[in-house]
Amino acid sequence: MKDYLTNHLTGSWYEATARERITGLLDKGSFKEFTGPTAREVSPHLKMFDLPVAFDDGIIVGRGKVKDHPVLLAAQEGRFMGGTFGEVHGAKLVGLLRYARDNPKAPRIVLLLLDTGGVRLQEANVGELAVSEIIRALLEARAAGVAVIAMVGGRAGAFGGGGITASCCSRIVISEQGRTSVSGPEVIETNMGVEEFDSRDRPLVWRTTGGKTRRLLGGADAYASDSIESFRNAALRVLDNIPPFEMATLEREQARLADRLGKFGRCHDTPDIWKKMRIAEADKIADLSDDDFKRLVEAHQEANHEAR
Amino acid sequence: MKLDELLKVLFPAGHDTRVEAEGILVGTASYGDGKTAAVVGVVNQTSLGTDGALALAGHILETIRRSPKRPIVTLLDAGSQRMRRRDEMLGLNEYLAHLTKSYTLAARQGHRTVAVLFGSVAAGAFISTGLVQDILVAVPGANPEVMDLPSIARVTKLPLEKLKALAKSTPVFASGLAYEPPIGAITEIWDRGNLASRLATALDGVAGTPDRRDEIGLERKGRLKAADIARRVQREAAVLL
Amino acid sequence: METLDIHRDAAKRAAGEKLDAITGVVASGNLEVMLERVLEGTKCEVHIKTSIAGFDEVWHAVIEDFIERWSPGGLRISVNDGGARPDTVSLRLAQGVSLMEAAE
Repeated sequence: MKDYLTNHLTGSWYEATARERITGLLDKGSFKEFTGPTAREVSPHLKMFDLPVAFDDGIIVGRGKVKDHPVLLAAQEGRFMGGTFGEVHGAKLVGLLRYARDNPKAPRIVLLLLDTGGVRLQEANVGELAVSEIIRALLEARAAGVAVIAMVGGRAGAFGGGGITASCCSRIVISEQGRTSVSGPEVIETNMGVEEFDSRDRPLVWRTTGGKTRRLLGGADAYASDSIESFRNAALRVLDNIPPFEMATLEREQARLADRLGKFGRCHDTPDIWKKMRIAEADKIADLSDDDFKRLVEAHQEANHEAR
Repeated sequence: MKLDELLKVLFPAGHDTRVEAEGILVGTASYGDGKTAAVVGVVNQTSLGTDGALALAGHILETIRRSPKRPIVTLLDAGSQRMRRRDEMLGLNEYLAHLTKSYTLAARQGHRTVAVLFGSVAAGAFISTGLVQDILVAVPGANPEVMDLPSIARVTKLPLEKLKALAKSTPVFASGLAYEPPIGAITEIWDRGNLASRLATALDGVAGTPDRRDEIGLERKGRLKAADIARRVQREAAVLL
Repeated sequence: METLDIHRDAAKRAAGEKLDAITGVVASGNLEVMLERVLEGTKCEVHIKTSIAGFDEVWHAVIEDFIERWSPGGLRISVNDGGARPDTVSLRLAQGVSLMEAAE
C-alpha cells in the first residue's frame, strides 16, 4: 500500500501529482507547506457553477531543500480544473513571490512547477489579474537577485497566462511531454478553423508547442527526461547561468527574438526551421532519444543563450 | 471614440504619431506644460502576434535607451493574442513575455507607464499591455475581456443565459468594462472632465508604483480573498524559517 | 453539490503520529481525502462534499465499511469528490489512513 504512495526519483514527472513531484524533488523531510489544505482556503467562486473545490485550490506553495539548496517552491496540480489560475490559487503564488522579493534571508531560488491551462474561466477576470500580479512579483523577485526556475512537463503544459509566466522566469526546464504556448490548439481551431491548426493532430501539436521544439528554438533552457530526478538535475544545472532582469538582458532578448523571426518567420512547420538550422535529423526530432536530443541541442546556438 | 479623436483629446498641444505594421502605434506627444511623452499602442482592433509584440517592445526599449524618465502612454484598441499556428510555433509566449518585461523594466527605470483603453483588449494581449502598467484607465466604449462569454459558455458547458444571469451577481468572470474597476484592474474610468488634464496628472505620478491591485480589489469589495491570501502566505513563510 | 456528514465512534484510535495528511486529486472520477488528527478518543467524522447527487446510500455503505475496517478513531476526514467510483473512494480513504499511521 505504501509503495505507490511515494513516487520514486525515477517516477514519471508527467504521471505524478503535484504533491508527488514535490516529494520526489525535495530532500526527504525538508518540505514545509504554507497555507496548505488544512487552512481550507478554497475557491469562493466554484459553487456558483456547482463544481467541487480543492482544499489547496490546486496549488501547493512552500519551502524545502534540493540537495541541500534551500528553495521556495510552487507546484500546480494540473488535474484539478486544468491547473488553472483562480483568485485563491493565484494569490498563493503572489504571496510566495513577494516573500522571496522582500526577504533577503529567504531562499534565493524559486521553483515554479507549472502545470496549467491558463486562467480559470469561471474566475476569468480575477484569474487574469492574478497572472499579472504573479508576473509583477516574479520580475521584482528576479530584480532582487532571486532565480525563478520554471519546470514544465505535466499534462496541462504551461498555456495562456502560464506560458507567458514561464517566459518571464529566469530559466525554463522542459521535457518532451511539456508544452508552452499561449492559445491552446482547440481554441485556435475553434476560432480559425481546422486548416489553421488541427488540434487532434498530436504530432503537430507537439511539433508546434512541445518541449523538444521549445528547447531547440531557445524557448527553454534545459531539457529533462520525464523523470523527477532528471528535472531535479536540470534545475540544479541551470542555476549556474541566471540572467539578471536588466536592460542588457532585454536588449539581447530583443536581438535574439528578432533574429528568430528574421530567419524562421516564413517557415510553415518546424522541420523547415530545423532544415534552416542545418540539422540533419530535421524530420526525425520527435524520434530522437533524450540523450541524442541533448547532444544535438548542445551544438546549436539558438538553443543556448542567457537572454531571458 | 476613434483613435484620431482620442489623440486630439488627450494631447491638445499636439502629437506626432503613426500606425505601423501590425497595428502598432508609435510616436511622441506634448502634455502638461511643454513636456513630452512617448506614445505607443496596439490599435485598429489588431491581435497581438510575434511581430507586433516585438515591434512594440522595441519602441519601449528605445525609449528607455534614448529618453530617460520619459513617461510612456499606451493606447489600446486591440484584439487578443494572434491565433495562428505560426506564431505559436515561433514562441508567441516568449514575445508577449518580452513585451511584459520591457514595460516592467521601463517603469522600474523611472518611466511612468499609463495605458488608456478605448476599445477592446483580451487575454494574452491584455496581460502584456494593459495589465502591466503603473496605471490603467479606460474611456467609455472600452471593452476588456479575458474570453468572450459565448466561448466561456462553450468551455464551461453552461448555457449562455445562465452565465449572463450569474454575471449579475459577481465581477469575477464576465467580460466588460463594469467588472474591472471593482476587482482592482482598472484604476479609473474617464467618463467626464478634461481628459488632457487627467492624463497630465496621471503622467506626473511615480514610476514603478508598488502593485496594490489586490488591496484595491479588497477595498472596492470586488475581490475579497486575494489580498488576504497573499499576505497570509507571506506571513507563514516568514515564520516557518 | 451535496454534503454528507457522518459521525461515529471507531473501535480504536488510529495509530501513528502524523497530524494531517492529504491524498488524491479533485477531478472527474477522482476525489481528495484530507485527514486531521483533531478529535478526542475514538471519535471519527467523515465530511463529504460531492458534485454528484443521489448516492447517499452508496456513500454510507462505503464509509461504514471503511470505519469498520480501519478504525480511524481521532480523525476528522474531509472529502471533496468529483464523482469517483466506490472502489476509488475506498482506496483513497485507506491510503489516507495509511499516511496518518506512518511513523514520523
